[in-house]
Amino acid sequence: MHEITLCQHMADLIETQARRHAVHRVTAVWVDIGAFSCTDEDALQFCFGLACRGTRAEGCALHLRQLEAECWCYDCQSDCALMTAHVKICSRCGGKNLRIVADDSVKITKLQFDEEVNNV
Amino acid sequence: MCSTCGCAHGGAYVEGDRPEQEAGFNRVPFSSGFSGSGPLVIGPDVAFHPAGGSQERLNASLKKQDDQEAFRRRTLEIELDVLSKNSAIASHNRRRFAEKNQLVLNLVSSPGSGKTTLLTETLKRLHESVSCAVIEGDQQTLNDAARIRATGTPAIQVNTGKGCHLNADMVNRAAQRLMLKQNGILFIENVGNLVCPADFDLGERHKVTVLSVTEGEDKPLKYSYMFAASSIMLLNKIDLLPYIHFDIDKCFEYARSVNPDIKIMPVSAASGEGMDAWISWLEAELCA
Repeated sequence: MHEITLCQHMADLIETQARRHAVHRVTAVWVDIGAFSCTDEDALQFCFGLACRGTRAEGCALHLRQLEAECWCYDCQSDCALMTAHVKICSRCGGKNLRIVADDSVKITKLQFDEEVNNV
Repeated sequence: MCSTCGCAHGGAYVEGDRPEQEAGFNRVPFSSGFSGSGPLVIGPDVAFHPAGGSQERLNASLKKQDDQEAFRRRTLEIELDVLSKNSAIASHNRRRFAEKNQLVLNLVSSPGSGKTTLLTETLKRLHESVSCAVIEGDQQTLNDAARIRATGTPAIQVNTGKGCHLNADMVNRAAQRLMLKQNGILFIENVGNLVCPADFDLGERHKVTVLSVTEGEDKPLKYSYMFAASSIMLLNKIDLLPYIHFDIDKCFEYARSVNPDIKIMPVSAASGEGMDAWISWLEAELCA
């Protein structure tokens, strides 16, 4: 539900980068969504188009990657998946003794853009 | 809030919907580029083609090729945290609160769980011993801040307007207007919403989720992100337990399955039951 705020932050960050690199037009943006982030992909996709209106990123493609939580279960000594995003129980043995590597961040990882050749 | 951010469509799924009926909004020409030439790519794969048919599209793509001669396409690998702006302000808040040894709690819940009543009862009990202040978040009205001020505690209302959560900057600005003494407690009553506030750090020491027994025992599973982000869950309105079907053990089990470390306290702001344990926890936390 807060995706519009995230997208506005994203549009600001992209515009800052675009200014720094003499970008004519941003063509694509790649974003990683942390496993524990409560961000909805569809809503992000939807809001992103709105947030980028009137900026150099208007109409650009948004590639989202939803990251999975990496879990190691000490009880059954194996890599495991969580039962659901936030139920911290091993899906193999039901153990609660887990090491979980995941975060709740949303990160821009890559930008693709057309830069002005004259400026290079 | 849904009409604000479009979440009414985003990822919403009603049982019985067929997949191909979903995500229809991706094709809605929202961008101002709609009336211009060329396909407007909103999603990674979904292109919207304005009326005019394939010839216009062809022209547009030819024009695009011409453009590319003047520009060179480049890819830049970066790492930008989208929430970094909020996180930076939250860290600033946290530092400032720590300097004055203040305990700051972010109270979250769904609307109507009894946050404000719980807060007024808490403030009445702490009135003598601890300096308190309150930041009240609601979409509209100044009612809650007025209720808090009636207890003699300073309060600032933050209206988020169309927003569905408080953010670190709002707290920063509100906190500057509150005279909170050294070693005091600042309660931040977030907008009634079990979804969005989970992602926004305000600089608090703990998130406190208030769940009332009238809401159903499976809320921790339904809104797991919030319960996972909270250090403590207050189960409110327990004086109503004899009159409703609410499996308290199941509720605790669900909450712990989402967050094994969550501390759970059953309370009733109306009858006063369990309030002593909550007050003791606050006092202990203040000295921590």
